[in-house]
Amino acid sequence: MALKIVKGSIDRMFDKNLQDLVRGIRNHKEDEAKYISTCIDEIKQELKQDNIAVKANAVCKLTYLQMLGYDVSWAAFNIVEVMSSSKFTYKRIGYLAASQCFHESTDVIMLTTNQIRKDLSSPNQYDTGVALTGLSCFVTPDLARDLANDIMTLMSHTKPYIRKKAVLIMYKVFLKYPESLRPAFPRLKEKLEDPDPGVQSAAVNVICELARRNPKNYLSLAPLFFKLMTSSTNNWVLIKIIKLFGALTPLEPRLGKKLIEPLTNLIHSTSAMSLLYECVNTVIAVLISLSSGMPNHSASIQLCVQKLRILIEDSDQNLKYLGLLAMSKILKTHPKSVQSHKDLILQCLDDKDESIRLRALDLLYGMVSKKNLMEIVKKLMLHVDKAEGTTYRDELLTKIIDICSQSNYQYITNFEWYISILVELTRLEGTRHGHLIASQMLDVAIRVKAIRAFAVAQMATLLDNAHLLTGNTQRNGICEVLYAAAWICGEFSEHLENPMQTLEAMLRPKVATLPGHIQAVYVQNAAKLFATVLKGQEGDADGTAAQEASQLMIDRLPLFVQSANLEVQERASCILQLVKYIQKLQQKDVEVAEEVSALFAGELNPVAPKAQKKVPVPEGLDLDAWINEPPSESESEDEQPKAIFAKEETKHSRPRHTEVDEKELARRREARKQEQANNPFYIKASPSSQKVYQDAPGVEHIPVVQIDLNVPLKVPGLPMSDQYVKLEEERRQKARADKKKKEKKKRKEKRSGRGKKHDSGPESEEDIAPAHMVDIVTEEMPENALPSDDDERDPSDPHKALDIDLDKPLADSEKLPVRSHRAAEAQKSPTDGETENATLQEPKKKSSKEKREKKKDKDRDRKKSKEEKKKKKHKDEDKEEDLLGGQADEAVLQSEETSQVAAPPTSASTPAEVSDLDFWLSNAPVPSNTQEAAAAAEAAPEPSVTAPDSEPDEPKDTEIEETKSSKHKKKKQKKEKEDKKKKKKHHHHHHHSDGGGEESVQNGTVEEEEPLPPMSNYCLLAENSYIKMVYDIQGNLQDGSQVVVSVIFENKCSSFLKSMEFNVLDSLNSKLQRPEGSGPHDGLVVPFQLPPGVSNEARFVFTVQSIVMPQKLKGTLTFIVKNEDGSTHEKLDFKLHFTCTSYLITTPCYSDAFAKLLESGDLKSSSIRLEGVNMPFHHLLARICFHHHFSVVERIDSCASMYSRSIQGHHVCLLVKTSGETVSIDAKCDEPTLLGNVLDEIKQTFSQC
Amino acid sequence: MIKAILIFNNHGKPRLSKFYEHYNEDTEQQIIRETFHLVSKRDENVCNFLEGGLLIGGSDYKLIYRHYATLYFVFCVDSSESELGILDLIQVFVETLDKCFENVCELDLIFHVDKVHHILAEMVMGGMVLETNMNEIIMQVDAQNKMEKSEAGIAGAPARAVSAVKNMNLPEMPKNINIGDISIKVPNLPSFK
Repeated sequence: MALKIVKGSIDRMFDKNLQDLVRGIRNHKEDEAKYISTCIDEIKQELKQDNIAVKANAVCKLTYLQMLGYDVSWAAFNIVEVMSSSKFTYKRIGYLAASQCFHESTDVIMLTTNQIRKDLSSPNQYDTGVALTGLSCFVTPDLARDLANDIMTLMSHTKPYIRKKAVLIMYKVFLKYPESLRPAFPRLKEKLEDPDPGVQSAAVNVICELARRNPKNYLSLAPLFFKLMTSSTNNWVLIKIIKLFGALTPLEPRLGKKLIEPLTNLIHSTSAMSLLYECVNTVIAVLISLSSGMPNHSASIQLCVQKLRILIEDSDQNLKYLGLLAMSKILKTHPKSVQSHKDLILQCLDDKDESIRLRALDLLYGMVSKKNLMEIVKKLMLHVDKAEGTTYRDELLTKIIDICSQSNYQYITNFEWYISILVELTRLEGTRHGHLIASQMLDVAIRVKAIRAFAVAQMATLLDNAHLLTGNTQRNGICEVLYAAAWICGEFSEHLENPMQTLEAMLRPKVATLPGHIQAVYVQNAAKLFATVLKGQEGDADGTAAQEASQLMIDRLPLFVQSANLEVQERASCILQLVKYIQKLQQKDVEVAEEVSALFAGELNPVAPKAQKKVPVPEGLDLDAWINEPPSESESEDEQPKAIFAKEETKHSRPRHTEVDEKELARRREARKQEQANNPFYIKASPSSQKVYQDAPGVEHIPVVQIDLNVPLKVPGLPMSDQYVKLEEERRQKARADKKKKEKKKRKEKRSGRGKKHDSGPESEEDIAPAHMVDIVTEEMPENALPSDDDERDPSDPHKALDIDLDKPLADSEKLPVRSHRAAEAQKSPTDGETENATLQEPKKKSSKEKREKKKDKDRDRKKSKEEKKKKKHKDEDKEEDLLGGQADEAVLQSEETSQVAAPPTSASTPAEVSDLDFWLSNAPVPSNTQEAAAAAEAAPEPSVTAPDSEPDEPKDTEIEETKSSKHKKKKQKKEKEDKKKKKKHHHHHHHSDGGGEESVQNGTVEEEEPLPPMSNYCLLAENSYIKMVYDIQGNLQDGSQVVVSVIFENKCSSFLKSMEFNVLDSLNSKLQRPEGSGPHDGLVVPFQLPPGVSNEARFVFTVQSIVMPQKLKGTLTFIVKNEDGSTHEKLDFKLHFTCTSYLITTPCYSDAFAKLLESGDLKSSSIRLEGVNMPFHHLLARICFHHHFSVVERIDSCASMYSRSIQGHHVCLLVKTSGETVSIDAKCDEPTLLGNVLDEIKQTFSQC
Repeated sequence: MIKAILIFNNHGKPRLSKFYEHYNEDTEQQIIRETFHLVSKRDENVCNFLEGGLLIGGSDYKLIYRHYATLYFVFCVDSSESELGILDLIQVFVETLDKCFENVCELDLIFHVDKVHHILAEMVMGGMVLETNMNEIIMQVDAQNKMEKSEAGIAGAPARAVSAVKNMNLPEMPKNINIGDISIKVPNLPSFK
């Protein structure tokens, strides 16, 4: 044997290993590709050999080649082979290769499930370790589902090395298989307090990652994290927790208040810059979440800003960068504190590091105020001149424009200055942002009416000097500016000093070298100018000027008529003909100016960019409806060859609405016309529409601008923004002086109207009145515009699925699929195959571990029950304390004290938890008093949710949870529906994708299509004038012979009910379990009393032998009614109906296992038909799931397979099909009597509704 | 979350690439090229953060890198990671490599990329930081190497001998490569414990 191995490895030593391969590649620099292809051929040969060592060596080389960019997916199967080697050396190579090149669509992945499972449970921790590491890279939804339970077990492994890896990988599992989050969460939470710091750190890591995406679900962990934060010394953990708090505080401002102090302490004490930085960041987040202006917090802001200043001043570029980054966050809420460091930030603009310069620019954006805008922009303009490299210069340019135009030009006090800045920017060479400048020019000129005259003058100069802009190349982006200039000059030509000159400038031959779309604007606006010139000359007697203008047009336009650009050509020839006609009229001395200018009359209003999108769909308008009845199919066939368009039309005419009759169409058309008439944004054909448009509401109340110019407007030549800075300063001084004078006389408030939000600086912003009272015309929006579309989350975001309420108790159906189910099946039918056999041995190995866990659980239970007893003692006197006691107790309390049938459990549980957090947030002492804080925090980690390991009393809880979750679901669905209504316009419904849908169905829930009618499994047991009893029966999975009957007793009268005794006449088959020592006919004392109007629930355990038949048990409830007059003894008889359904337990089943089951041939079949069922299919399924404890295995359209298991292990499989109102159910079960009875009961359920 | 870890040299040759999200091989190479392009044009004394490239990440992602002699170590991370923390992690990584390879140089990474992967796997798993304590990492790596050796036993001996002979045949091998010593020169960041 040993000899054989040696021989094998001697063969092997002549193969190339990884080092040889690398060396070879380095020696073949010239023909690397060729060399590698020969190597790959060799590798292929090696992979064909049986020796695993050779294979592993080959795979190792492939991993290297993969890094160089070679596709190695063809070797995926060999990689799996190497992974399954028993030797760690090879296994590690295999897993490494898999982690580098496997992904979700690698099909061999499904072969790995059992291998990975085996490795996970290997006695060698490093086998487990490499498996976990590899799995973390290529886990798929299937792997996650199948292995979730195994990994969860590993979270409690004895070795911390495995524990930390298992904890960390859970995050990946959650992402791929969101259903595992709730069952695994309690254990994950436990790991936050693991003795090993590495495990703890991993758990913090995972929870932080989860909470970052869906913070609200993790608020209840805040106390625990708080405790960790004050106790941990691991900087990694601290950073993660502090980052997490940063995400939580926006949801709970009180948390922020609590955090400030410890965080400030950390800031003062820590020497680690990374920690300091994160603390500052979170303090900032806290301050943002708190309402500003609280006096004691200004100290914290100061501290932050001060620390950040230190960072920014540091010589380390990294700290500088981060300091600026954090500064920009403060800026949003506390601009004042940042503005005082303007010097520092402007200094950073000179930094040699571009990232830092860009950060500083970002900061400047938020730092401007009315007061300093001009100064900052001036500085930036200097930088523009200095900047090397066009990208940075372009960045500067956009920033300047952003800064100036932000929040509707809020900080611009002098628009002349702004226009001159824009004009100056046009001198930038080689910028890409000509269109940006152009759109700013247009925007300002259109919306600030007072500036138009100035703007027009500037633009005229620009047009005159167009050669400066277009000088170099045609590609020069800056010529876009001319587009704006031409349009402004044309549209607002009444402001022009010398329209004739501008007209001449616009018709220069050089214009023909501009891009087509600009020429088109030139031509069109030349016509507008022409109209103005005519109008201006109207009064004059001789009219030569007007004729000159016409002649100019006629001379120059033919150039454009020849343009290659269609738009230019068309406009030019139209206008040319028009001018020729006008010239004729002029020669006859006809007054034409009026008519010509009428062509361009009317004012354009700015329309908001989103206006069109926001026009609501009017009621009664169906955009999907046919406008005309589509031609019928037969016709279309004949017409097909006629024309392309006809053919296309017929394609669309798969009619859905063919039956819309004439009347309906006419009605719709009328409605639409009506709607259009009222809609200012509908472009109408009739000339009257123009009027409608102008009269439309929204135009009238555009504020009219008052011009109040103290500045002379005529500036010869191109403007210099600096002049305006000076002028503005003078103006401000003057205004200040004026104001002082005025103030002496009278206290008169003068406000700009908009400076309110943003006052800053020692001299308050209000002091600076804008040069002219500028009313910026707001952009128009349609009437009753839809609310702004919210930022939707990407529907494909995997984290969306993880938005799961973790505080809700765990339902039975949510348990992770445990492999032992299948193992158990295998035990029954040993023919199931080798793989099953291999896996069979593992549970035995684990069993000791499991036992230990069970013991733990038992301990916990014991603890619980003790607490329960205590609770009962002072329940009445001190309910408050119960709430503080924590969630664990809460869970017990719920089952004890349910006061009404279905509703209270939900409302009871959530507020309890909330109040728990509330308590911590409000009363718990400050962290200096750590003991108490710890005590409060400890309350939370106790798992409120029963761990999915088999807990003896679990089934008791299930039914209550079921009602809870169904209630919860209903709420969610309702909400979802509302949301959908709101958003309908913007996006399609986005309920779970198909895969997700299946999964959710699998758990006995239903897709969220429509709200389900409320359902309850409780049915009436008996009722009289004193008391009402409703009951539900649930099987006990752990004990095949037990069922639990939950009875809710409701006191209906105004007297006190006590000494209730519940007794049942046992049958041979079914017996009530009585405490030891009591006789077979003794009643059970109901463990509570009922004050008037109160209800409570008690559970009774029955043992049953055969479960194939339904049966009824007779019983009696005796009780004492006590009121003022005295007490009477009463009794109430009842009949307990044990249906076969109640022996079924909702058990998830996967389609592969399901198929196997059906194929096995051990099952007897039967079927029923239900007529007249008119409910949606998913309602139907939900009913079967809910009332009969089935789960959906698979659903395809109107057909679904469902599965359930009896407490004694009978499989029940259903195939439900629906067509119209008929539902047919084909069923299979290994026990025909049981099946027959279950089907009868299903039939009954649907006959009732 | 860490999205990718890349090591390449001053010429952009990949020495290790670990993507925690799937890309096909071509995209991976493009990402490496793009990242190299972004990182290599930066001066020595500028900050180590970079807004992410177009291919990898987007706005939420940052490139955090360090340059040691001939090698760039680049981590692509999202906003849930602390920037300075990752810088320290890179430092820990390099120091660990230095311990494991005894004065690590580019050649070690070239010829033992699998070992580098194994070391990395003890630090970062599935894009999440697993361990930051250098001693713990080295302990686990050593333990696994020991296991590997014991498995090889006699069977491994001939292969090792041949490999030694092969190396002997190429005495010029280390010389023809310009080995930069990546012994560590770190900025004044207080390191993590």
